Amino acid sequence: MDPVNYLYLAALLFTIGAFGVLIRRNAIVVFMCIELMLNAANLTLVAFSRMHGNLDGQIMAFFVMVVAAAEVVVGLAIIVMLYRSRHSASVDDASLMKL
Amino acid sequence: MESLIGLLVAAPLLGAAVLLCGGQRLNRTGHLLGTALAAVSFVVAAVLFFDMVGRDTDDRALHQHLWSWVPVNEFQADIAFQLDQLSMTFVLLITGVGTLIHLYSIGYMEHDERRRRFFGYLNLFLASMLVLVLADNFLLLYVGWEGVGLASYLLIGFWQHKKSAATAAKKAFVVNRVGDAGLAIAIFLMFTTFGTFAFGPVLDDVEASGASQATLTGIGLMLLLAACGKSAQVPLQSWLGDAMEGPTPVSALIHAATMVTAGVYLITRSGAIFNAAPDAQTVVVVVGAVTLLFGAIVGCAKDDIKKALAGSTMSQIGYMILAAGLGPIGYAFAIMHLVTHGFFKAGLFLGAGSVMHGMNEEVDMRKYGGLRKYMPVTFITFGLGYLAIIGFPGLSGFFSKDAIIEAAFAKGGTQGWILGVVTLLGAAITAYYMTRVMLLTFFGEKRWQPDAEGNMPHPHESPKTMVIPMVVLAFGSVFAGGLFKWGDAFVNWLEPVTQFEHGHPPLSVPVITGLTVVVLLIGVGAAWFQYGRAAIPVVAPRGSLLTRAARRDLLQDDFNHVVLVRGGEHLTRSLVYVDNKIVDGAVNGTAAFYGGLSGRLRRAQNGFARSYAVSMFGGAALLVAATLLMRAV
Amino acid sequence: MSTLASTTSSAEAVQFWLLGGIAVAGALGTVLLRRAVHAALCLAGTMIILAIFYLANGAYFLGVVQIVVYTGAVMMLFLFVLMLVGVSAADSLKETLKGQRLMAAICALGLGILLVAGIGQAALGTFTGIERANEAQGGNVPSIAERLFTEYVVAFEVTGVLLTIAAVGATMLTHRERTEMAKSQRQQAEERTRSDHLPPLPAPGVYALHNAVDRPGLLPDGTPSELTVSPTLRARNQIREVSPEKLNQVAALEQRTADYHGQPRYGQRSQGVAGGTDQGRAGAEQDSPTEDQVRVEPGHKPGDGESDHGQSSGEEAR
Repeated sequence: MDPVNYLYLAALLFTIGAFGVLIRRNAIVVFMCIELMLNAANLTLVAFSRMHGNLDGQIMAFFVMVVAAAEVVVGLAIIVMLYRSRHSASVDDASLMKL
Repeated sequence: MESLIGLLVAAPLLGAAVLLCGGQRLNRTGHLLGTALAAVSFVVAAVLFFDMVGRDTDDRALHQHLWSWVPVNEFQADIAFQLDQLSMTFVLLITGVGTLIHLYSIGYMEHDERRRRFFGYLNLFLASMLVLVLADNFLLLYVGWEGVGLASYLLIGFWQHKKSAATAAKKAFVVNRVGDAGLAIAIFLMFTTFGTFAFGPVLDDVEASGASQATLTGIGLMLLLAACGKSAQVPLQSWLGDAMEGPTPVSALIHAATMVTAGVYLITRSGAIFNAAPDAQTVVVVVGAVTLLFGAIVGCAKDDIKKALAGSTMSQIGYMILAAGLGPIGYAFAIMHLVTHGFFKAGLFLGAGSVMHGMNEEVDMRKYGGLRKYMPVTFITFGLGYLAIIGFPGLSGFFSKDAIIEAAFAKGGTQGWILGVVTLLGAAITAYYMTRVMLLTFFGEKRWQPDAEGNMPHPHESPKTMVIPMVVLAFGSVFAGGLFKWGDAFVNWLEPVTQFEHGHPPLSVPVITGLTVVVLLIGVGAAWFQYGRAAIPVVAPRGSLLTRAARRDLLQDDFNHVVLVRGGEHLTRSLVYVDNKIVDGAVNGTAAFYGGLSGRLRRAQNGFARSYAVSMFGGAALLVAATLLMRAV
Repeated sequence: MSTLASTTSSAEAVQFWLLGGIAVAGALGTVLLRRAVHAALCLAGTMIILAIFYLANGAYFLGVVQIVVYTGAVMMLFLFVLMLVGVSAADSLKETLKGQRLMAAICALGLGILLVAGIGQAALGTFTGIERANEAQGGNVPSIAERLFTEYVVAFEVTGVLLTIAAVGATMLTHRERTEMAKSQRQQAEERTRSDHLPPLPAPGVYALHNAVDRPGLLPDGTPSELTVSPTLRARNQIREVSPEKLNQVAALEQRTADYHGQPRYGQRSQGVAGGTDQGRAGAEQDSPTEDQVRVEPGHKPGDGESDHGQSSGEEAR
């Protein structure tokens, strides 16, 4: 099997995640889709790491995970705040920034 | 002696300042002060004149540099006076006639509560007019030019409570503005062409300056435009008739003797430019000839004595302009006629004022008649002025006008013949309308009518202050021409300034003189047949088409209204249309376009994060596509 | 592992095709399932499969971290928040934004095609394999640690700071500041009585002294009525006794009301109540001084000496 297949899989997962971000209204699900995209990117990094025989890719993926964790913490806090004030986790409800 | 020149101007200027700023306390003595300062100016002028006569011909011009006015690099404007023979002639005329008319006004304006102000304005006029003729550069001349315009405006509208007077003043001011613009442009052109506007450098070497013919013609035409405005020449003549709304002394001084002749002065003074620009000279002659006939025809039809005289003034100034346009053969005669005209026309106006004074301010000649018995002195002085203006042999007008007619013939060629015939025709019409004035006013039956308050007029001789100036001016009317002509004194006097060439008319001088006398007699005879023999209706008959047109000033106001007022209105309307539709349209259209565009783009800003995310992902996809495309290429 | 070969073992191929399909299915489930909990579970599954792929790619450390951090921590956090927000509601999958779904599909499809095309076109070079790099420090974890703490140490530290900031930020965001002290029961009672909305005088008759279903109401004569208790409780014999003390308090209250209105005292009372009247009155004064005070005050003008008395009695009670 060609390890490039991992890249194709990552691209597919990334695209699915992106599609999910675009069509889901529930902020938590949107957030999960973003995590999916991040994971797809991580898979790419890991696959590249293997293909080039270099650990830098893995380290990059590690940093992505850490930053993603931080992001999740803040993002979920924001969602909780949003839910408290609006009693809704729909991203469409927060649409006041328009004319 | 130079230092006295400033005094000429300073005396009336001081008078104007004191009288206009002095307030009510000068009401009793103001007129005396004004007259005294005018007299001071005249005495100084006389002293300067005798001093000038005492010197050699080449040494006569005096020059006084007072101070530097606007010294900016090459732009050097000085307050400096130049008193040469031409200026001297004008100074004597202005101060002399001016003083007489001040004196006359003491009587004429006796019952006017604003007499002090009137004398202030008169003094202001004298000062401005003296600045005009004494200036040694065109810029200072322009100051005087505007000054007399201002004084004229103030004095025409002196009885501003009358709507007609206020309107007439406004009209004079507006029409004069056109001419003033011409003078300003002429000065601009001079500065760009010669680098200066002092008389000496500009006029001495017109030929040597290398200025193009077109430039010189342009300057000449602009100067002519200025002259037309100030001297009421066609096409800027319309204001003079209405200017008669001013008090009669004003009409005599400003609108007959002095200010309106400023155009002649300007053309004569700028003779060097006109000599070098024959085309401009031709236009000057044409303007003079047309105005000559125009004014004469208008003068024939008017029943208002002052307006008839105003038409006459216009016509006589036409003579002068025509003469000035003839070049060196005519300048001296133009000035000579100007001076004699200053005497007899001022005398005529003062006479008219005297008549009006006796007739409850009635101006319609058809309501006069038979006044010679009641106002003998006025009759005699007016009669002498009349004889002078029609050119009765031996009187002033005869010599000066005859000289102009000769010079017109001497122009040579077809032009000369045409001009000669026109001037002769003008002489005939002059004789006709002046005889008409004479007959209507002093002869025939009494046609007096009660005035608006029902009082019948009681004609009487005017007070001494009014009579004396009339007598003095009558002397001038009778003898001035002869004195000037005697040994060609006047021509020789002016020759250093204006140059002089003897014209050679195609007809011999006695023939021309004979013709002049013949047409004079024809004109007088025609008037006698029309007005001397038959009874004169109090209400003017309908008259011929020409008469009706002439009563309306040959439709000048209608022309101005149709062409300038309506035209201007149409122009502004179309400009407003262009501004509204095209300029504003472009601006508003642009604004509306971007407004509409942003209104549509705004819909993209719907506030939904997911919509924005779609744009982001679309952009990202495009970036990827672009990257791949660049690699593929 | 040959240096030029671009293939892996067939076992890995089987694993890839098998698990890869599941991962895609999980991803699709995340995107398409209506209930957020289901979506989260699908995502967790996908992540676990990705962890297996990491392991297969020789990234042992990352594989474990993926399971611990993502599947363990992050996904649990998601589930926590889901519980907080409400787990039961299923999202409507009906699209509300016009054209959004179409545009999303076009963008996603375009992006996917482009990415796939890009990968297909890319000159990926030789397939090296991770083994040698892993063996450099005697294993994957030591090798990563070696790099992480030498070459990437600054980034590592900064990431630590980032995590700290994120933790503090999340605390800040979700923290609700109390801007005033909590009110005690007494304060609440005082506020209520001082407000304009005084509760009316108790109607003669039933006094419900307790807001509980097992307490009987009192009849006009002060005796508890068992009929006011639910039949079920009666059957179970779970009716709670009304203490004589309370009954005394009621009697005292009535007494005060009568005194205030200047009415004669109620005539006959039940035994249990009549006996303890004086005592009960004292107790009532002790228990509800404010009520007493308020009941008295309308008779006097404010600022009189009497109001001082009322307040001082309140002070005593406190």
